[in-house]
Amino acid sequence: MTTDTKRNFKVVGTRPNRPDGVDKVTGRAMYGADATAPGMLWGKVLRSPHPHAEIVSIDTSEAMKLPGVQAVVTGADFGDPESLFVSDVQEHCMAKDRVYYDGHAVAAVAATSASTAAKALKLIKIVYKPLPHVTDVDAAFAHGAPVIMHHRAFEILPPGTSANATNFCEFGHGDLHEGFAKADLIVERSFRTAATHQGYIEPNACLASYSSDGRADLWCCTQGHYHVRDLCAQIMGMEAAQLRVTASEIGGGFGGKTSIYVEPVALMLSKKSGRPVKMVMSREEVFRATGPTISSSMDVKIGMTKDGRMTAGQAVIRASGGAWPSGTMEMGAQAAFACYDMPAVKTIGWNVLTNRPKESAYRAPGAPTAIFGVESVIDEMSQKLGLDPLEVRILNAADAGTLSSYGPTFNQIGLKATLEAAKNHPHYKAPLGPNQARGLSCGFWFNFGGNTSVSLAVNTDGTVNITEGNPDIGGSRASIGMMAAEELGIPFADVRTIIGDTASIGHNDTTDGSRVTFAVGLATIRAARDAIQKMCHRAAQIWDIDPDAVEWEDGAAKPSGPNAGQFPPMTIKEIAANAFRTGGPIAGHHEVNADGAGVSFGVHIADVEVDPETAHTLIKRYTVFQDAGKAVHPSYVEGQMQGGAVQGIGWALNEEYIYGADGRLQNAGFLDYRIPVASDLPMIDAVILEIPNPGHPYGVRGVGETGIVPPLAAVANAVTRAVGTRMTDLPISPPKIMAAKAAAGK
Amino acid sequence: MKSIHVSATVNGDAVEFICAPDESLLDVLRNRLGLTGAKEGCGTGDCGACSVTLDGRLVCSCLVLGAEAEGATVGTIEGIADGDTLHPLQQSFIDHAALQCGICTPGILVAAKSLLEKNPNPTDTEVRYWLAGNLCRCTGYDKIIYAVQDAAKKMRSA
Repeated sequence: MTTDTKRNFKVVGTRPNRPDGVDKVTGRAMYGADATAPGMLWGKVLRSPHPHAEIVSIDTSEAMKLPGVQAVVTGADFGDPESLFVSDVQEHCMAKDRVYYDGHAVAAVAATSASTAAKALKLIKIVYKPLPHVTDVDAAFAHGAPVIMHHRAFEILPPGTSANATNFCEFGHGDLHEGFAKADLIVERSFRTAATHQGYIEPNACLASYSSDGRADLWCCTQGHYHVRDLCAQIMGMEAAQLRVTASEIGGGFGGKTSIYVEPVALMLSKKSGRPVKMVMSREEVFRATGPTISSSMDVKIGMTKDGRMTAGQAVIRASGGAWPSGTMEMGAQAAFACYDMPAVKTIGWNVLTNRPKESAYRAPGAPTAIFGVESVIDEMSQKLGLDPLEVRILNAADAGTLSSYGPTFNQIGLKATLEAAKNHPHYKAPLGPNQARGLSCGFWFNFGGNTSVSLAVNTDGTVNITEGNPDIGGSRASIGMMAAEELGIPFADVRTIIGDTASIGHNDTTDGSRVTFAVGLATIRAARDAIQKMCHRAAQIWDIDPDAVEWEDGAAKPSGPNAGQFPPMTIKEIAANAFRTGGPIAGHHEVNADGAGVSFGVHIADVEVDPETAHTLIKRYTVFQDAGKAVHPSYVEGQMQGGAVQGIGWALNEEYIYGADGRLQNAGFLDYRIPVASDLPMIDAVILEIPNPGHPYGVRGVGETGIVPPLAAVANAVTRAVGTRMTDLPISPPKIMAAKAAAGK
Repeated sequence: MKSIHVSATVNGDAVEFICAPDESLLDVLRNRLGLTGAKEGCGTGDCGACSVTLDGRLVCSCLVLGAEAEGATVGTIEGIADGDTLHPLQQSFIDHAALQCGICTPGILVAAKSLLEKNPNPTDTEVRYWLAGNLCRCTGYDKIIYAVQDAAKKMRSA
């Protein structure tokens, strides 16, 4: 594909106000919990207090007798989906014969009020037979650990490990022995990272309405309503066409709203009661039962010459995605060394079952934790060799033509330019105060494309409606509308973009993998080209000339040259006004499984101050450098970079799932699971680099995920340099800093 | 439990409702008065998404009982704009791209308006501490601080 990088953009690259802005600042926008329906019931879920137990019996008879209760469901109401993947998702939504984590759903009630439903839950009698549990990834991997699902064990288990190991992967190239033999310095370190939650502020919510004719409508906050439709239809034994899913406005997702939780339960309650059922999870339920990211433990070994060239790198990652098999560690194993040109590299990943909720994607899943380990070791080696850590990274950075650590050879990438921008930025040379230090880290994310459908209708007045199928999680209606306006040569204000439901246009993959601005943008540009071609034909018809002799420029058809005829340009408004007389309505559309998403790199610089008495870490200054490809709406590109950085800062310093010895989650609320607040932070400076992606007509790359990758190591490296001892266990809470200082005699 | 009859003023309108004794003001606003602009992010007063004013004081409406609104004046996000003219804070949030998903935005706008009524010329640090009870997971707060300060500047010179 040729990227039109020399193009003189008129709309792309500007900062218009987002089309959904007014609705969102006036309280008018409708989110998951904001919908109601006539005769609506309220659904609530009863959850297991045990981390691991057999369900001996469930007695719902007393609950059914409570006035106002209209339906009760348990695992017995659901069938057995053919697909193992769907079966796992269903079991996570509603337990069958065993509970696998504290908070696992065991029954649900629909009643005329939320308080009646809550009362009814207390009347359900469940007899459990508790089983031994394990919540720590290393403990679960060790021989002798309580095994959570014997039948899911990986076929070949290394000595000393347990059957909780379910997934294995290995990547790399080159001769490790030879590589390490060439090294002047070899450092090997182990790291641990806690599971963190996506922390979206809107709890999962839905409104389900199942009709007696077997059709159903579902309204829910999700990153992917087609995926919700496909999962729920399989769980409910429905055909896809019978279930229409509408995505509400979404109050944050970050990967956490790429699966289903209460949606099939609400559908089943609606089916049984014959009435619409609304379900809204509490914050405690969100923490206990929706997707945190992986918890992990890893060993990293790197060899380096005395001038800073890496000769070999190795990483072994042990991750847990909760009580069901998970492949997230594969992305970590692929990403670990992706920033560097490695002569020899090997990464190994294991997934291990623990009694925790089923992991869900969280912004660049797998990459932040893996890269944290690698970037920490590089920092330590730079210190030991007396080298500038930024120069070491420039020396080793991957570039066009580099064989990546996970297989492909990179084409046009922006890591070196990003590192140079960081090196030349005033932040990197700014003086530091007492108890302050500076850390930095690179980051990487693959970016995805995927299946996409876009429809573009030209209205009779020449304005344009776009129907796409990806929930707008952070301004994508604006970027999609801007690309359509750019291609058509019309003002942005003349384009209105809506997110269609699953019955309105063809399939769209979930809003994930930083795919929307890239893939939906690409499909929108091609849909616009389809409409342009049709409009050129209409103009040719009116002018009575050959359609090939018509071209499109600045929102109008015009003869392509003097030989084509002498006609003034015919604007989109004129062509649209004549549409009914020249063949009928005009629309363009495009369906594609987009590839060529273009990888993305970032570099973060963090300045911290660690209080010598309390060990509290304050972020003093923070700068993000990221290759965005062409930035369609720079304000929202900056927003992705800043938001990702702050989530990563939370992961580095505060956030963690804390399980007690009893296997129960101890901090299921925002008071005890502390995400960064405004007073924790400085301004987050964002520097956008625009290295065009050859896979997109305008050079666009995804930008959503890379920003969460570098902060873990950038902050850890800064704290390490401030306190004089290496911090290897996230989050770097004050007690851990105190303990590390004490152990190092500081 | 017997329901309680309550008379109050919400966004300048006289309203009457009945509610259960243990029903939160947030649930009353959302489920009885149809004002779904205030959001429930936690239900425990930790996230600020449900921020409203009660007799001029900034509160988490999830921590106030509906019955406590008897005779009181309640201000929500739906009452901030003047007809079809947005409040300067609302316009500033759009102009500065200070929202991504928008779920925290109603609460942050109510809280920021309350700040600027008390302190029309806050420092960045004062804005950050005032808004420390309003969680935003998307933006990293950067553009929110700019938007509040720019609105404050415009309001001072208005």
